[in-house]
Amino acid sequence: MSKRRPYVRSMDGWWKKNPFYVEYMIHEGTALFVAAYAIVLTVGLVCLGQGEAAWNGWLEAMQSPLSIIFHLVLLVAIAYHAFTWFKLFPLTMPPIVLNGKKMEPCAIVGAGWTAGVVAALALFVIVWGIAA
Amino acid sequence: MKTRKRSNAPIFWLLFGGGGMMAALFGPMLVFITGIAVPLGLLLPTGTMSYPNMLAFAQNFIGKGFIFVVIFLFIWHAAHRTFHSAHEIGIHGGPLTKLMTYGVAAVVTVIAGVVLLGLGF
Repeated sequence: MSKRRPYVRSMDGWWKKNPFYVEYMIHEGTALFVAAYAIVLTVGLVCLGQGEAAWNGWLEAMQSPLSIIFHLVLLVAIAYHAFTWFKLFPLTMPPIVLNGKKMEPCAIVGAGWTAGVVAALALFVIVWGIAA
Repeated sequence: MKTRKRSNAPIFWLLFGGGGMMAALFGPMLVFITGIAVPLGLLLPTGTMSYPNMLAFAQNFIGKGFIFVVIFLFIWHAAHRTFHSAHEIGIHGGPLTKLMTYGVAAVVTVIAGVVLLGLGF
């Protein structure tokens, strides 16, 4: 039997030691909020499937102050996801070649953010159009 | 001929990428509409998410597809990212971690699919 007990440096809280890693953990953590929102929508969908009374109950629950605060938190977290998702594009996407020139990282990020804003506004206008 | 086992990683990665893209493009506005604007009666017409409106939307082919794609991609994106980030805090992907991430995503997918099909066309 080996009696060796080699020292292994603990990795606990490694990411707290560098602001870059803290930011990394925050943007990875947005996934939990995306999951929470998907579950909120799924609960709503189940209520819709159960009929008008259940659906109105879900709508009422969405009006509670706690739900509004929760959705404000979701909004901040998922908006931060969107911000970082496009910000990382120069690292996560294959290089984009336009007219024989590699697209500048800042142009890629700018195009991503613009697409995000345009998509959000388009969605709002479409929802308005369907509802009106 | 030696048959090589194909990795399933690209499938999960594709769901992660697709879901991340959907969440980045539409996530904030969806949260604003369903969680803030409609409950508080801001900006959008009253009854935007009334039962007849939502039922019609969920029975429409495009509406049904949109609801499914949003829930399906959001939850698989989140599952994949959470599974891999768990590694960073010392949880190294065992069966339980997979159950808590991909397992939850699979259950949510089945529920969403069954309800949407049950609502009819």
